Amino acid sequence: MSILAYTPTRDGQFTKLTYELISYGHALAGQLNTELIALTLGETGDDQLKALAAYGADKILHSSDDRFEQLDNHAFSKAISQAAQKSEASILLMANDFTGKALAPSTAVHLKAGIVTGVIGLPESTDPFIVKKKAFTGKAYAHIQVKSERKVFTLETNSHEISQAPKTPNIEAFEPQIEDSDFTTKITDEDKQTDKILLTDADIVVSGGRGMKGPEHWQPLEELADVLGAATACSRPVSDEKWRPEEEHVGQTGKIIAPNLYFALGISGAIQHVAGVSGSKTIVAVNNDPEAPIFEVADYGIVGDLKEVLPNLIEAAKAAR
Amino acid sequence: MNILVCISSVPETTTKIRFTDDNKAFDTTEVKWIINPWDELALTRALELKEQYPDQVQEVTVATIGAQETEQVIRKALAIGADKGIRVDIEPMDAWQTASQVLPVVQNGNYDIVMAGIDSSDYNGMAVGNMLAEMAGLPSIAAVSHLDLADGKITVKREIAGGKETIEAQTPFVAIVQKGIAIEPKIAGMRGVMNARRKPLEVLEPLDAEPLTEFVSFELPEPKGDCVMIEPGNESDLFDKLANEANAL
Repeated sequence: MSILAYTPTRDGQFTKLTYELISYGHALAGQLNTELIALTLGETGDDQLKALAAYGADKILHSSDDRFEQLDNHAFSKAISQAAQKSEASILLMANDFTGKALAPSTAVHLKAGIVTGVIGLPESTDPFIVKKKAFTGKAYAHIQVKSERKVFTLETNSHEISQAPKTPNIEAFEPQIEDSDFTTKITDEDKQTDKILLTDADIVVSGGRGMKGPEHWQPLEELADVLGAATACSRPVSDEKWRPEEEHVGQTGKIIAPNLYFALGISGAIQHVAGVSGSKTIVAVNNDPEAPIFEVADYGIVGDLKEVLPNLIEAAKAAR
Repeated sequence: MNILVCISSVPETTTKIRFTDDNKAFDTTEVKWIINPWDELALTRALELKEQYPDQVQEVTVATIGAQETEQVIRKALAIGADKGIRVDIEPMDAWQTASQVLPVVQNGNYDIVMAGIDSSDYNGMAVGNMLAEMAGLPSIAAVSHLDLADGKITVKREIAGGKETIEAQTPFVAIVQKGIAIEPKIAGMRGVMNARRKPLEVLEPLDAEPLTEFVSFELPEPKGDCVMIEPGNESDLFDKLANEANAL
């Protein structure tokens, strides 16, 4: 028995989510007294692969098959399930990002495994096997028993501390039995934002709502984000009005985020918005309405006009950095 | 071209979440039920495609897995323009069981595009669409935020970490739908509601398929402490507190 963690790269690099996943997998392997195996598909540098050992991967399976350059749900899930079978993995771990959401359920079909997405924390019990996750879009927690022999979990982002646990790098080539016909989709174009901090990776997020009063007022918000090394986000009305791009929308139907620090600027705090950010460790709210519901979930609040408060925040942030 | 949209019935998004039976079950007393927001986006786009490309899209069917009460959301879907409804008569316990019940609907129908929401606002399973595709042996594209039929091609865009990828899809395939694919949900008019009563709603017997996971119990998050208010002009105090009290910087 073992634990297999699927660790995708982005532009040849592992991301923060990968190290969270490996750190979690290492802790889980300790709890179950077994080993953690990492799996990477597609060309990845040796330095990158070795880095996985620094966070506790006992073994690193790697396929350099260049067909894995483009994500295909069927081909990837078939390859991952072969790796799980080969390493007799009873638990398969993935990050709860777009890749994990796509591949975990399809791989669970190959393995006839029960799946729990967005797991937070280590299992509360391993016999019966019970894990915790958010339900009702952050408004509650659920404790779920997985009854199947093999289990698939996706780990909620920002839910596990990254910690080093150096092992001797043990990299092994893995050659999945995949036909060309297993690749069922073909990408014709891609549009990547390379210079921006990703919302789901960010420790700090600065977010604006309708109280920002129009896209032309976003410059100081971006400056504050810049000073703090933060990602930018927005509420649903803002993306619906096209003041900001769709991918910045956080909330019940947008992205669910859980950064260390969340700034809600001019966001009233509708229940649907709060559902997407309630996992944040600390919330700062600025609003001109002292009755705004955002203050019920915020840790720190300022009642005031953003035209005055935002420039002050930028100055204070510069001084604090 | 025929489109199947998988929909599920969830509590209205402002519902106060409560549990009953010693925190083992969701309290459905006085809950209003709606089409899961992500499924509604999929349905909205499917209906828009039928309007935009009447020569290409013949029929939009909706399917749900649930007890009789869930027919409300099928009627709603029919009222806003879906042509047919299918309900499999079982209250599913997990994604595996749900996908197993949708599978025969897909296999016995003649659908070119199957659509499902990427998430659901009740139990946040996030698994049915991709599971169904793999069970049915159909190609799947997840996190789809754009789907169009212009120029006789099926152009799909999917969200990836930090960007979008464009895919020219071949039918049949499963699209797991993300925000962005449609903006304005359709609202049923009087005529739509009347017409919905005459549209076919087929009820199917469930298959044998055991769930692989089970909800043991639920809990509500701890209430947050009071919000510490800071006067405008004292923003540097805020950053002091963020650095020293909250350890947030």
